Amino acid sequence: MQDLAYLFHGFAVVLTPFNFGLMLLGIVLGVIIGVLPGLGAANGIAILLPLTFTMPPTSAIIMLSCIYWGALFGGAIASILFNIPGEPWSVATTFDGYPLAQKGRAGEALTTSFTSSFVGAFFAVVMITFLAPIIARFALRFGPAEYFSVYLLTFCSFVGMGKGSPAKILASMMIGFALSTVGIDIVTGQLRMTFGLTSLLKGFDFLIAVIGLFGIGEILLSMEEGLKFSGATARINPKVVWETWKKLPRYSFTFMRSVIIGIWMGVTPGGATPASFMSYGAAKKFSKEGDKFGTGVIEGLVAPETAAHAAGTSALLPMITLGIPGSPTAAVLLGGLLIWGLQPGPLLFQEKPDFVWGLIASMYLGNVVGLAVVLSLVPAFAAILRIPFAIIAPVIVVICAIGAYTVNNSMHDIWFMLGFGVVGYVFKKLNYPMAPLVLALVLGNAAESSFRQAMLSSQGSLGILFSNGLVGGITALALVMLFWPLISTGLRTMRPARANKLAEQQPVD
Amino acid sequence: MEAIVAALLFAFGATFVYQSVELGFRWASDGPQSGFFPFYVALIICGSSLTVFVNALRGKAGRRDESFVERGQLWKVMQVLIPAAIFVLGVQLIGIYVSSAIYIALFMRFLGKYSWVKSVLIAAIICVTLFFMFEIWFQVPLYKGTWDLTSWTGY
Repeated sequence: MQDLAYLFHGFAVVLTPFNFGLMLLGIVLGVIIGVLPGLGAANGIAILLPLTFTMPPTSAIIMLSCIYWGALFGGAIASILFNIPGEPWSVATTFDGYPLAQKGRAGEALTTSFTSSFVGAFFAVVMITFLAPIIARFALRFGPAEYFSVYLLTFCSFVGMGKGSPAKILASMMIGFALSTVGIDIVTGQLRMTFGLTSLLKGFDFLIAVIGLFGIGEILLSMEEGLKFSGATARINPKVVWETWKKLPRYSFTFMRSVIIGIWMGVTPGGATPASFMSYGAAKKFSKEGDKFGTGVIEGLVAPETAAHAAGTSALLPMITLGIPGSPTAAVLLGGLLIWGLQPGPLLFQEKPDFVWGLIASMYLGNVVGLAVVLSLVPAFAAILRIPFAIIAPVIVVICAIGAYTVNNSMHDIWFMLGFGVVGYVFKKLNYPMAPLVLALVLGNAAESSFRQAMLSSQGSLGILFSNGLVGGITALALVMLFWPLISTGLRTMRPARANKLAEQQPVD
Repeated sequence: MEAIVAALLFAFGATFVYQSVELGFRWASDGPQSGFFPFYVALIICGSSLTVFVNALRGKAGRRDESFVERGQLWKVMQVLIPAAIFVLGVQLIGIYVSSAIYIALFMRFLGKYSWVKSVLIAAIICVTLFFMFEIWFQVPLYKGTWDLTSWTGY
């Protein structure tokens, strides 16, 4: 119950005028970022991160996490009104959202998706409130070997649960690790992989990689499609909202199922995008109106939105308790924590209860405020999409350049950003997933040093990864995940599975 | 294209393997040497890129017509990429603000087909706003370039 007291203290922290103002600012910025194609939550936060260096960490995390909530809400606006997924996780929202908007039921569709987002996020936050302290206490017993095995599990789950070719997931992940080794070796102080170039001394900052891969890469992709925005207009009035809310309890079973899928996919690093597709698929299979999915069914909107938000929110659970982010956006937030001088992980709960519970309280309030903001300001946000792409595109490039520069005040970083942009474009075209690369780049140093420490204490024997029940169990689970593609192929040959049409439309993020 | 990228990745991995071997990837008296971790990482890169490479060559017969990008699309992408590269060069030389203004104005004029007046005006407004935001409100100085054209502002 002490935790609840902390939580209320957290609410008090968030409700100070300064923090509350930052929260509103964060949500509005977040929705704008979510609406604009080419600016996503991960790179939006990466760009804004340097601006928070001078703020107190608690205020900074409140603002940045609210950008995240805002972006989650905002993705739905572009999907429903313009049939353009503003974010990868809102692709599944377009399936039923856009048809609804075309039928003139845009208000209903928007209300449904915002409410579903809210419900998904809310349950995920409740889960975090109760599970996080327990996991953190448990994780205090972890040594280097345990940490390495958890890292192993994180990365192996990408291979096991990711969509697309396992070889490509592995390649992208290992490139991240390789890039993270560039610079000074943290253990011995030796220079590595710098090829004698002084600009590589400091290594690659993952924020630069995020801005380049997701920002510049996206712009190049959208340009290729030659975006022309044409969409339905949105009017939401209280009556529509009320009418829709009266209908929603009918889908409570869909809500619950989507929440569970979302939380599961978020905690294990599956991420919001696969969660939304999985939930959509499940709803289609179980619903009585299954055949009508894709023509504008409310239920087809409830499922992906709830799951995406539940996943996006619960991705923060492993981040604050173990220091392992469940999604690229969580990885950027984790990078922020390190920059503010906080060591993410179980100790955070004891050393900085203000920070942790302020963050959790801001999740509750952020989602309530977010819901209110998007419901009342939809037309304004939709208007952003009417700004021609010829203005938006160069402005986003400029903003990305500024963001990349401010990370380290280094001109080289802008060049690296451009390079990462090209890599991002090519990877996206060839379906190499980018999330593993970013996560590996963030966690590379930590994973390497915990691996080396574990190896040191065991005199180089890999047996330490199975030395006790805990670490052995995690490692074994990781190996199952790693070889899951092979295992599932094996299972499939034994009993032929039905073709999954949805998987083909699913983007790799 | 698939095969080319895989080959590039393989080369990338191979360079890292080579570097790791130079650093020493075995055990020294004080534990693993610096090249230990990158060595295995790079080996996996080589392995997985090889898999992609082989898969690409094998699958090629089936879908030869499916090209990486169409010529028109590539042209459009280059229309963004090349100016962006020039923009970054501009940032290096004349600083973020001036080159952003020029970049946005030219982009609007030539890709967006706006009138000169409109393009220049909007670009100027955006850059002045950015200037105020970063230099004055957030107090984050941005890069002014080798030849500082904004020194007269005093920031």
